[in-house]
Amino acid sequence: MELFPAPIRYSQVGMATEQKSSAEAQQVSVYLPLIAGWLVPGAGHFLLRKWGRGALLSVSIVCMYALGIAMQGKLYSSVHDVLDILGLAGDLGNGMLFIVSRLAGLGADSVQQTTADYGTRFIVVAGLLNVIAAVDAHNLRTGRKS
Amino acid sequence: MFKPSHFAAVVLFALFASTVFGITQRETPKRMLRYGIYCFVFFVGSVLAWSWVMFFIAR
Repeated sequence: MELFPAPIRYSQVGMATEQKSSAEAQQVSVYLPLIAGWLVPGAGHFLLRKWGRGALLSVSIVCMYALGIAMQGKLYSSVHDVLDILGLAGDLGNGMLFIVSRLAGLGADSVQQTTADYGTRFIVVAGLLNVIAAVDAHNLRTGRKS
Repeated sequence: MFKPSHFAAVVLFALFASTVFGITQRETPKRMLRYGIYCFVFFVGSVLAWSWVMFFIAR
């Protein structure tokens, strides 16, 4: 037991803003950041007002996907074997990027060059990274991560 | 059509993947940056190391 406890000093500058921001983020549905983050890269973090993280995630994933398309990477559309299933699952992780690209006819149907093989991997990994980012937004919303 | 060299593709891949890993796997900005750099160095370093291993195997 301390005879002379140290005085508690704290500043209230910014505390109300922090609480308001947190309260607004709490109003978002639990699964909305997950779904929004999957459909649009970074959107889950934007909903939770994590602007910096959302922007970096969005730029990274969209750039990776765009480079994959620019390298004539293959977009999986049909399933012939197990590897195609895995590739399609990865591509679907890109959400709206994948759907819009399919509708616009982007991407190659088959890999004919070495760089196209790199591009195919870029597209699949961009989808997987997007899923990780969406789950991260969900964890932020549920409070599992601060 | 964008045609990067193999090494350029590796560096781009490592850059984007490390950014996402850093942000999603750590909680504070400082630790995010450190983990992102660690992942980037690990990605590129492991590619260089395995490239030299394959170079000597092929000889």
